[in-house]
Amino acid sequence: MDNLVNKRINEVLKGNQDAFEEIVTLFQHRLYQVCYRMLSNTQEAEDIAQEAFVRAYINIHTFDQKRKFSTWLFRIATNLCIDRIRKKKPDYYLDAEVPGTEGLNMYSQIAAPGELPEEEVERMELQERIQYEIGRLPDRYRTVIILRYIEELPLQEIGDILELPLGTVKTRVHRGREALRKQMGKM
Amino acid sequence: MNTCPEQIVHYMHAYLDGEISRAEERELKEHLDNCTECKEIMNSLSESITLLGSVAQVKAPESFVGGVMARLPKEKSRAGAHRWLRSHPFLAAAAMFFVLMSATLFSSYGNDQQFSVTKQPNLIIDGQTVLVPKGEIVKGDIVVENGELRIEGEVDGNVTVIRGSKYMASTAVVTGESEEIDKLFDWLWYKMKNTAKDIFSSSKEDGQDED
Repeated sequence: MDNLVNKRINEVLKGNQDAFEEIVTLFQHRLYQVCYRMLSNTQEAEDIAQEAFVRAYINIHTFDQKRKFSTWLFRIATNLCIDRIRKKKPDYYLDAEVPGTEGLNMYSQIAAPGELPEEEVERMELQERIQYEIGRLPDRYRTVIILRYIEELPLQEIGDILELPLGTVKTRVHRGREALRKQMGKM
Repeated sequence: MNTCPEQIVHYMHAYLDGEISRAEERELKEHLDNCTECKEIMNSLSESITLLGSVAQVKAPESFVGGVMARLPKEKSRAGAHRWLRSHPFLAAAAMFFVLMSATLFSSYGNDQQFSVTKQPNLIIDGQTVLVPKGEIVKGDIVVENGELRIEGEVDGNVTVIRGSKYMASTAVVTGESEEIDKLFDWLWYKMKNTAKDIFSSSKEDGQDED
């Protein structure tokens, strides 16, 4: 598959835009899925996933063909998703990390904007509920949990996508699992 | 939970990451068998992962690929020409044919310096000069290449001089068309016209054969 992708990339580099269509077709569902899980909104997911492909096309000459194309593509998409999530948040400064924690900031102390009353959560269908719980995770944990358990990627590849050391990825996966367990405790 | 060894939680995660050693796994199992609280934590951790795994795969909408392609910046025209050639192979081949054809015609224009003339019974040929004698009537077309044509009598047909000169005496009569060709373009046009004429006349003959 990587050979085929690199072949198409070389055609795109020669100026053949149509060759890019095949690349989009190959990766569209995986990329869309990651964006949807990150953003919990189909329209935003479509917009961001398409934007990720456009950025990939524009910057295709910077892609190192010795590496995995999906890793590079996922990096573009997750960065765009995180930007989008941050833009939606209220614009007072809550980013500062709480000392002595990894990834815990003031956001985690206040209820997520999408927080729903308990009775409503209990009435949800399973699929809807799972997405709701993913959406409640702080975005640092959300990204690794989606890549690990929905995309089923190895930890090392997640590290490559997010440009994080393996140890940090592991810590985030652990904290993400803890957070999910606590959230879903009542299921 | 407070009384439980701290590394047990680490073991749980190591186990879930598939990175636990045998010794650690044995220790974890032993502990879980004796500690309902930790066992519950372990179970709910595994359960939440299982739930995530059961999530339905969402698919991009039908219009997705088209949407991406529409959002791409316009490509350079060079690529457009390449693709045009690829998607119109017949036209590309025809264009190539004409290029090669004209190349052979051009090269033969330069090389073809020999004197030649259409043979007609009462023509007088002296070196590179062709004479239509006074008082004679030449029936048919005359083509002279790389030579001189002097007409003093009558020609009942077309006269063509290619890269040469033509002299017509006051008594000369040419009933058909009279042409002098010395420019490359004229010559090319003449060749093409003749080729076309040949093709049509031979196909006409074929038609008569069928009758």
